[in-house]
Amino acid sequence: MSFRQNHLLGIETLAPDEIVTILDLADRYAELERGDNKHGDALKGLTQINMFFEASTRTQASFELAGKRLGADVMNMAMAASSLKKGETLIDTALTLNAMHPDLLVVRHPHSGAVNLLAEKVNCAVLNAGDGKHEHPTQALLDALTIRRAKGRLHRLNIAICGDIAHSRVARSNILLLGKMENRIRLIGPPTLMPAGVSEWGVEMYDDMQAGLAGCDVVMMLRLQKERMDGAFIPSEREYYHRFGLDAEKLSAAKDDAIVMHPGPMNRGVEIDGNIADDINRSVIQEQVEMGVAVRMAAMDLLAQNLRARRAEKGAQA
Amino acid sequence: MNILFKNARLIDPEAGTEDLGWLLVKDRMIAARGAGDTTQNAERVIDCAEACLAPGLVDIGVKIGEPGERHKESFRSAGAAAAAGGVTTIVTRADTTPPIDTPETLEFVRRRAQDASPVRILPMAALTKCREGREMTELGFLLDAGAVAFSDGDLVLRDSKVLSRCMVYARSLGALIVGHPQDPILSEGAAVTSGKFASLKGLPAVSPMAERMGLERDLALVEMTGVAYHADQISTAQSLPALRRAKEAGLNVTAGISIHHLTLNEFDVGDYRTFFKVKPPLRAEEDRVAMVEALREGLIDIICSMHTPQDEESKRLPYEAAASGAVGLETLLPAALRLHHGAGLSLADLFKALSLNPARRFNVPGGSLAEGAVADLILFDPNRPFVLDRFALHSKSKNTPFDGARLQGMVLASFVNGQCIYERNAS
Repeated sequence: MSFRQNHLLGIETLAPDEIVTILDLADRYAELERGDNKHGDALKGLTQINMFFEASTRTQASFELAGKRLGADVMNMAMAASSLKKGETLIDTALTLNAMHPDLLVVRHPHSGAVNLLAEKVNCAVLNAGDGKHEHPTQALLDALTIRRAKGRLHRLNIAICGDIAHSRVARSNILLLGKMENRIRLIGPPTLMPAGVSEWGVEMYDDMQAGLAGCDVVMMLRLQKERMDGAFIPSEREYYHRFGLDAEKLSAAKDDAIVMHPGPMNRGVEIDGNIADDINRSVIQEQVEMGVAVRMAAMDLLAQNLRARRAEKGAQA
Repeated sequence: MNILFKNARLIDPEAGTEDLGWLLVKDRMIAARGAGDTTQNAERVIDCAEACLAPGLVDIGVKIGEPGERHKESFRSAGAAAAAGGVTTIVTRADTTPPIDTPETLEFVRRRAQDASPVRILPMAALTKCREGREMTELGFLLDAGAVAFSDGDLVLRDSKVLSRCMVYARSLGALIVGHPQDPILSEGAAVTSGKFASLKGLPAVSPMAERMGLERDLALVEMTGVAYHADQISTAQSLPALRRAKEAGLNVTAGISIHHLTLNEFDVGDYRTFFKVKPPLRAEEDRVAMVEALREGLIDIICSMHTPQDEESKRLPYEAAASGAVGLETLLPAALRLHHGAGLSLADLFKALSLNPARRFNVPGGSLAEGAVADLILFDPNRPFVLDRFALHSKSKNTPFDGARLQGMVLASFVNGQCIYERNAS
């Protein structure tokens, strides 16, 4: 099996064959999910803890469902309301949890790199469910799976990522993943929402939607991350919608069969026209949610296999 | 005790020479020196076996945790670290808790330092009360009590009117002001330098331009007031033209840089390694190279360690939440020798920036091998290689970015006032 990771901390450390391994398995789980018996037993006997230091509904529910469908014992900890408020450090929280012998730790944290730090201190598999403005690997994987199912391939596509790139961990993970799979990536957005040094990432940059969308196969919209902004980056939401919101007119610049994606939750009327979001011929937003569960099942399955192999090796040595 | 050093490579930053010769220490002073061999004798004769004898390092801007954070560094531990690192004079920062902003606190620091440390410790004092940037401290009293310069450290004075008044007042006293050139608003909350690396890692970043903006503001006020001004750390190429203009215009301006910005770059942060989080943040490699060149031509005058002890707790945090700063007293010399071995700087030029220039600029003893100068000396082997183990450091805090690094150059012995304060075991 070509999946060699102990943790899933980001796309940066994944090789293309590992990405394909995850997606292939996720495809099978997507079929399982559509059947009457949704249960697998890949995580049977294992304990999965979801630690969310940032509020989340969708991602947390997706991880919880994925774990439960594969037979894990799943526990949710809403850390935002918890010990951190009492002054406990991240490391202490990690050590406390570690003492409960979890097998899979799913972590979201507002600081970039916090999940890497945590992974050094625990002896279980850690999955990054989003750290600061750094990475959100399972989102990129589910986007990749959705694209592959809709387009029949995951290479040599023209893919536009639009909007608030600077504050988006989804954009970073997607740029890394789609770049590794050899696609042509365009970033479209106001220059205030472009990260510094982005011209060195091997992507094309546009600040005009129609020019950027011309001939695209895939249009990925990003949410305007108002909560991560520390000041005014755009003059107003209505000007933003006028220039960068996806509507039928701007979308017409893309290929006729271009698909529209959004990681959710959407700000309708800010970055995307509600009619486009609901257009079943163009929008794959609901499928993204569906693939989210499948990709997370696959990722946890693969990490659990490696975890069991590591433990067996250790047992054999002892 | 009289000491005769024989067979030593005498590193003389004033003359710019490094010749083989001898040097005699008598009554705490350098009494005589010469080339080749000598018939002089003394109570103790040290055959240096062609190791280097140089004026001890004068390190500007060292943070010691007293008062307030003795668990991070005390005068005793800092003194031991300095002695082992070849630093014979420390000029301390005022960013303690409480800050050194009254003659009484300054007096406490001087007394504690004298009791606990074998090396000279001379304090800077805060420029404004509580380092809040509103009212100037009692600059006159503090000067009388022994403050060698005035600085609010990395808290940039936002109010230019307050700063200009401080400068006018300081000028009348002949006092030196040390600034931290940085635009305080652009750099707020930043953990790394903006660019490809910062964006990939998703860390809050500051443009190198913020340093130039801070420097230009300070230099304009220096031109207006005529005060003596030292920029504590210049770290980006964008700052250099402004600095050059000011010097060419004859302003009383000098500039320093930390050894970390001369030997490391932003990529060293790697996977969120918080021991590499310093202030200002590490820069691009092009900037580092430009700084080495600026040092070579004398545009940058002083190399310091920016010794900032932090305990494990304040560093074992997510990168943006972790404390800034690195210890440097013991690694200053071996790290600086990378510039000798790697970038071809002569030892004499290196000691100009490490010893002579800071001693002159801050008007403190040391920095000279001339007859009649104080006998603050170090004996070192510039070539001996070793791998740094952070737990072997004398500092209480072990937050060095050079842990596990291969370094070259080792202090064999240190002398302050002609007294041996450190001697490396012959192992």
